[in-house]
Formats: sequence, C-alpha cells, structure tokens
Amino acid sequence: MTLALDLLTIVGVSAGCFFFVAGTVGLLRFPDALTRMHALTKADNLGLGLIVLGLLPQAAGLGHALKLVAIWLLAQVSAAVASQLIAGAVLRQRSAIWP
Amino acid sequence: MTSTDIFALCATTLVGLGLFGIITNPQPLRKIVAFNVIGNGVFLLFGVVAHRGAAAGLGADPVPQALVITGIVVAFSATALAVALLLRLAKQTHLLTLEADDGSDGDLS
Amino acid sequence: MALGFDISLAFLVVVLAAWTIQVHDTYSAVLAFVVFGLLVALIWVRLASVDVALTEAAIGSGVTGALLLSAAALLRPTESTVAPPGAAWCTAAGVVCAIITAGLGAIALLLPDPAPTLAPLAAANLPQSGLGNPVTGVLFVYRALDTLLEKVVLVLALVGVWSLAVDRLWGGIPALWPATCPDSTLTFLAQLLPSVGLMLGIYLCWTGADHPGGAFQGGALLTAMWLLVMLAGVRAAPATGLLSLRLLLVAGPTLFLVIGLSGFAIAGAFLAYPPGYGKPLIVVAEGALTLSIGVTLGLLAAGPAERAREP
Repeated sequence: MTLALDLLTIVGVSAGCFFFVAGTVGLLRFPDALTRMHALTKADNLGLGLIVLGLLPQAAGLGHALKLVAIWLLAQVSAAVASQLIAGAVLRQRSAIWP
Repeated sequence: MTSTDIFALCATTLVGLGLFGIITNPQPLRKIVAFNVIGNGVFLLFGVVAHRGAAAGLGADPVPQALVITGIVVAFSATALAVALLLRLAKQTHLLTLEADDGSDGDLS
Repeated sequence: MALGFDISLAFLVVVLAAWTIQVHDTYSAVLAFVVFGLLVALIWVRLASVDVALTEAAIGSGVTGALLLSAAALLRPTESTVAPPGAAWCTAAGVVCAIITAGLGAIALLLPDPAPTLAPLAAANLPQSGLGNPVTGVLFVYRALDTLLEKVVLVLALVGVWSLAVDRLWGGIPALWPATCPDSTLTFLAQLLPSVGLMLGIYLCWTGADHPGGAFQGGALLTAMWLLVMLAGVRAAPATGLLSLRLLLVAGPTLFLVIGLSGFAIAGAFLAYPPGYGKPLIVVAEGALTLSIGVTLGLLAAGPAERAREP
C-alpha cells in the first residue's frame, strides 16, 4: 500500500515537473504574449495540480491535505485572473495600434 | 563548503551588486531598488549568522530572526517614504504630470 | 542533493539581482525584484527561518513590489531624461564593489566556530511566557521595546509620506494608482479573495504564538487584501483625515504602550508581563497590532493625498 502511494507521488510530481518544464520552454520560445500565456497556463494548472495530487498521499493528515488543495485552488484563482488582465491589456494595446 | 557558506557568499554578492547599482544607475527609483537589494543581502547575512547559531532544538537563533523581521518592515517604510519623496519631486519639477481627478493639478503653492 | 538545490537557488538569486541592477527598463527591473524577493524567501526557508520567509514574501516582495511597480509606471515618461555615467566611472565602481564583496565574503566565511548563539537562553526562558514560537518570544518578550519602537517608526514614516501632500489637500484621499482600469475579473477577485485573505491573516496572527506567523505577516495579508479591494475599485481609498482611520492607525501601538506602562504597576518593569498573563496579553497586543500594521502598510503603499476630500 505504501509502495503504491509512493509510486503515485513519484508519478504525480514527475508529471507536474514535466508540465512546468514544458510551460517554461513555451514561455521562452513562443512569439507573442497570448501564446506565451497559453504555455504558462499549462504549467500553472496541470503542473501545480499534478504536484499537489502527487503530494497528497504524503500529507500528515486531513488538515495538511486540505491546505495543499487550498494552495492549488488559490493559485488557480490568481492565475486565472492574472491571465484575464494580461490578455485584456494585450487586446487594448492591439486595438490602439490597429484601430 | 556547506549550504550556509553558499548563502553567505550569495548575501555578500547581493550587497556588492546593490552597491554597484546605487553608484552607477542614474535613476532615483533604480537606486531605491538597488538599496533594497543591499538590504536583502544584509538580512541574509543575519540569516546565515542565525542559522550557524542553531542550538537547543531550534533550527536557527531566534534573536537575529526577530531583528530581521523588524528590519524588513522598517526597510519597507523607508522605501515607501523614499518613493513618495521621489514622486513629489517629479511632480514638482514637472518631469511628469500626475493626473488629478478634480483638475486641480500643477499649482503647488 | 540539498547542497545542489541550495547552490542553484543562490545562483538564481544572484542572477536575478544582477538583472534587477542592469536591465535597461525600470519596470522590468522592478518585476525582477519581485521574483528575486520570492526566491530570497525560499532561501529563508532553507535557513530554517520560516517566520522571516513569510515576512519577506509578504512585505519585502509583495507590498514593496506593488509600491515600486506603481512608482515605475508613473515615472516611465522621465526615464530617458537621465544620462548614464561613463565607462571609467562604472569600472571604478565595479572594482570598489568587488573589493567590498570579497572582504565581506571573507568575513562571512571566517566567522568563529562554534558560532555564538542566544538560542539556548531564548529556548530556556520561553515556557515562562507561555509562547511556543521563539521568534514571537523575542519580538514580544525579550526585545519588546524594539517592536514597540518599530511600530512608532511605521507611524512616523506614514506621517512623513502624508506630509508630502499639497497643503490644501491635507486630509484628502490618496490617488493610489491613477491608471486603475475597471475590469470585471478583477472585481470578481476583489470580492472573492478578501474573505479567504482575512481569515488567513487572522489565522497567521493567532498561530504566531506557537508556530511561524505573527502580527507582521498577518498584517501584511490584510494590507494585500485592502489594496486589492481599493485597486479593483470595489471600495474607494479612505480620506487620510478620517478620525476613525487615524484611531485605527495608533490603536496597536497605544495598546502595546498601555500594556508596557501597566507593567510598571503590576510586574515592576516597563513591558514586563505579570506571571501567567503573558500569553493572553501578547495575543491581545498582537491582534491590535495586526490591524494597525495592516492599515499603516496599506496607507504607506497608497501614498500622500492627491484629491480633495468630498465635503
């Protein structure tokens, strides 16, 4: 049982790290703000989500597990709002250049 | 070379970098940022000293930690005062115009 | 493994600091400074100082970052008017700074071993205060005078910032980011997040007695929530002349001072707590201080009055 949980942790955290690396590569390589944001959301949502999922079996109790989930939810909310704001700014800038 | 030594070197480098920024960067706001980098370096040196003094089951000596917490807050208030002075200076010398909602801008007497 | 992580962390922090100093655009420099602050907070965790890490992330990186970002946006038009210094001057400065860095580094590496420490003393006397977190113990018991004076410094700094307002706007409303653009998503966040943030701030203040956390960290969270609400336009910034606001500003320091003075009568010394009542008194003082710190930091970030108060 412990082995299975540890395996889940290893798989989850590794997959999360993969999405973070992929997101970062996208951030560095993509040409403009909107596509770069598209890459970042993968790191934020999937990467952090998988890492939290992987860490859940290692939590000391229900309280710790809830805290981990809360971290993921808060990061989700802030990422969603931040990307909305950035995208809005990009759109305003574009319509200023090409009216 | 332990982790504490690495962070000690990191802290001293931050002090040097910040000092360089203060001397060479002509923009006042950048000098304020550089000053904060120096501050972080000094605080980290405190942290290194605290970590070296770990004893009695504590991970680090609590006295330098408390001093640094106080220091971070005071550094913020000093930064806020400096930024406010800077913005007022910029407004006064008309290097930029701050928009005022009631249209009563410009006359500073 | 841990050493490798620490080396990469330290390297990343130094690179970000260099970027902050050298990058051309001030706005980018401030953004790099915010990331730098968050990574420094990670170093604090590695140095087993979680209380400091929380403070650094919340105040050193978060609130300072918000303040500097708004200033950078306002000062952007002035950037090109300043000429950079010559190459000779930069080289000389670089040499001087390298010498200072090397000297400091040598001192830091040659610190005495075993290191002098007050940790055993702090740990031995902690049970008397009823607290479980030694850092809070130092802040509110052994060095309570420092903490009290620091609150006074915060209020004085705020007086300094306020006094930069134009005479006829004294007591007016801080401008707080003139470039605020209303956005429904931001409004949503400003309505959703404060409930979570307030709870977390109160929790941090409460748990500070026994675990990492405390008045500063909790207060900084309250500040962040308040700034978010004001930025999103859900609530307007308050007039700096409001009596209730000013009372809130001095409530924490005053209560702390009253507790300190009553120490003369009850326990025989300034800022001494009567035996058995240490923890309740500290928690009460911390609660009031959390509120005062939250309001003070928020107003420091908001800056001097820029608009007249509505009659």
